[in-house]
Amino acid sequence: MADIGVNLCGLKLANPTVLASGIVGISKASVSYAVKNGAGGVILTYEGGMLNSVGYPNPGIDNIAEEFSNLKSVGAPVIGSITGKNAEEFAMLAGKINKMDFAAIEIVMSCPHTPGYGTMAGQSTPEITEEITKAVRAKVTKPLFVKLSPNVMAISEIAKAAEKGGADAITAVNTLGPGMVIDIKSRKPVLGGKIGGLSGDALRPVAVRCVYDIYKSVKIPIIGTGGVLTGEHAVEMIMAGATAVGIGTGVYNRGISVFRKVTREITAFMKENNYSTLEEMRGKAHEE
Amino acid sequence: MKNEMPVTVPIKKVIDEANGIKSVILPYRLNAKPGQFAMIWLPGVDLKPVGVSYQDESSFGITVSAVGAWSKKICEMKAGELLGVMGPYGKAFKLEGKNIVLIGGGYGAASLMMLAERALKEETNATMIIGARSSDCLIYRERVKQLGLKTIFTTDDGSFGEKGFTTDVLQKILKEEKADKVFAVGPELMEKRVAEICLENNVPCEISIERYMKCGFGVCGACSVDDEGKRVCVEGTVFSGEEALKIREFGKYHRDGSALKKEFGGKK
Ligand SMILES: Cc1cc2nc3c(=O)[nH]c(=O)nc-3n(C[C@H](O)[C@H](O)[C@H](O)COP(=O)(O)OP(=O)(O)OC[C@H]3O[C@@H](n4cnc5c(N)ncnc54)[C@H](O)[C@@H]3O)c2cc1C
Ligand SMILES: Cc1cc2nc3c(=O)[nH]c(=O)nc-3n(C[C@H](O)[C@H](O)[C@H](O)COP(=O)(O)O)c2cc1C
Ligand code: FES
Repeated sequence: MADIGVNLCGLKLANPTVLASGIVGISKASVSYAVKNGAGGVILTYEGGMLNSVGYPNPGIDNIAEEFSNLKSVGAPVIGSITGKNAEEFAMLAGKINKMDFAAIEIVMSCPHTPGYGTMAGQSTPEITEEITKAVRAKVTKPLFVKLSPNVMAISEIAKAAEKGGADAITAVNTLGPGMVIDIKSRKPVLGGKIGGLSGDALRPVAVRCVYDIYKSVKIPIIGTGGVLTGEHAVEMIMAGATAVGIGTGVYNRGISVFRKVTREITAFMKENNYSTLEEMRGKAHEE
Repeated sequence: MKNEMPVTVPIKKVIDEANGIKSVILPYRLNAKPGQFAMIWLPGVDLKPVGVSYQDESSFGITVSAVGAWSKKICEMKAGELLGVMGPYGKAFKLEGKNIVLIGGGYGAASLMMLAERALKEETNATMIIGARSSDCLIYRERVKQLGLKTIFTTDDGSFGEKGFTTDVLQKILKEEKADKVFAVGPELMEKRVAEICLENNVPCEISIERYMKCGFGVCGACSVDDEGKRVCVEGTVFSGEEALKIREFGKYHRDGSALKKEFGGKK
């Protein structure tokens, strides 16, 4: 029987599939549902409204205290994901969620489509990546994951900067883009600001290359994310160097049970090809 | 992600249903089953879920109550103007039994009309209850007459039909006649009352739950309900009364676009 458990910076995942940030993860209940459907770990994204209400004496703060207490009941490690405008805001928010029940914290410096955030705020340079990571590291006692954008020339330099700043793992990657679709009858961009970047199938080759490059340049583990829809895709990510795999769009393509399906397919692949641990496949695409 | 893109079509017809409530008919073959919903894109404004209230071979319609930015604009639109369509989404109602009761509060009757029409076609004995605040807010008064659908109207102020709530009528019906199944769509507190009444009377029921939705097809989590985390847009919107009563937040609170909890007041 293949061993597919993963130790990610001390987080024990029953399998390498992780619910990616921003996908069905708005509440304890919604991430629990992903775990019930086989996710080995989940990333819960702090929504804007919740973010704004942190630290203010309004109903929001009770919401949050209740929402994110006793996360053990979720049944798998819950990673809290935040984003900010600059190092101060990141550090302030990180300090607050560090006190909550999350197993680890992810900071997203790669949001491609919100002005003032991520790549639009110039966060995808090695200098700023290191500055923000350092500022957050100073406030965070839990494992710190830094999520990177694929919209850069040398992602390995940025990953190195995050490692230098104190990151414990890299989540790679966020969506590609931003993209736009114009409805040619109404002559209007479709869905206004709601249409984000490219993900899923279209993103996978870029994501695999990013993980491959990052694996060469840093020692910390990678959560390979982007276009993982099947167990074969997960194996591809692992061979590029990923320790765990993030799944977002797969929830749409294959339903919420995508986690269980991908895990089953990984196990089947391992059996057919005589692998007994994920370790034996990890980074294998780098061997001569 | 695999792009679910709206298909834009020109409005075929606008129907004035009641004070502040209009129906818009779109020339698009949606193929929705009774109880399913569509995501309607108002170019440049927003994308919102709406129940399907009319449907034939080549077109379908929605019935919208003007409450906010999106719905007010929809209610001001004229034939020829463009709307984008995505869907259908969600689970459908299961038509079962010889005698059924349908209960629509506010614009809720919209999501029940396809089911009512199906029941008439299959010679199921259907009774519709449509309720609203007052007579000027009641929808489908002409439509049910033309369909020959047995309908009881209620108004809170007694200005038309029976004075009182739809649930009062339901209780009376369940006491006097046999009902095999009850279907309800409306303000959540009404839906909860219906589920409880049906449980007490040992009659199966199905209700359609409304939650804030961003995507409509299961990826964003905006519509996930506590504690289990079921997504209303995929695992719902139709739930059995028993399933609904198991949802902790049912009839208590819902979440807005920023995932903040909002308690239910007297109205949705
Ligand atoms: C599955 C599903 C089916 C739906 N079917 C229909 C339908 O058939 N017809 C229809 O009109 N809408 C329907 N809705 C609701 C619709 O999607 C929008 O939420 C609604 O039109 C309000 O959007 P808005 O942007 O205009 O207003 P918002 O900006 O969202 O709201 C403006 C203000 O109105 C209040 N408000 C919101 N909704 C209501 C309400 N229902 N009654 C009173 N006040 C309210 C809000 O609290 C806010 O203060 C459905 C929703 C779901 C999830
Ligand atoms: C609908 C949607 C919402 C997303 N929201 C976020 C978000 O809030 N924060 C974030 O860091 N990434 C977000 N992402 C990016 C995903 O976490 C993931 O990095 C990306 O989609 C690639 O993985 P995939 O191909 O499996 O979807 C979102 C992606 C999608 C499709
Ligand atoms: S509306 Fe996005 S998951 Fe239901």
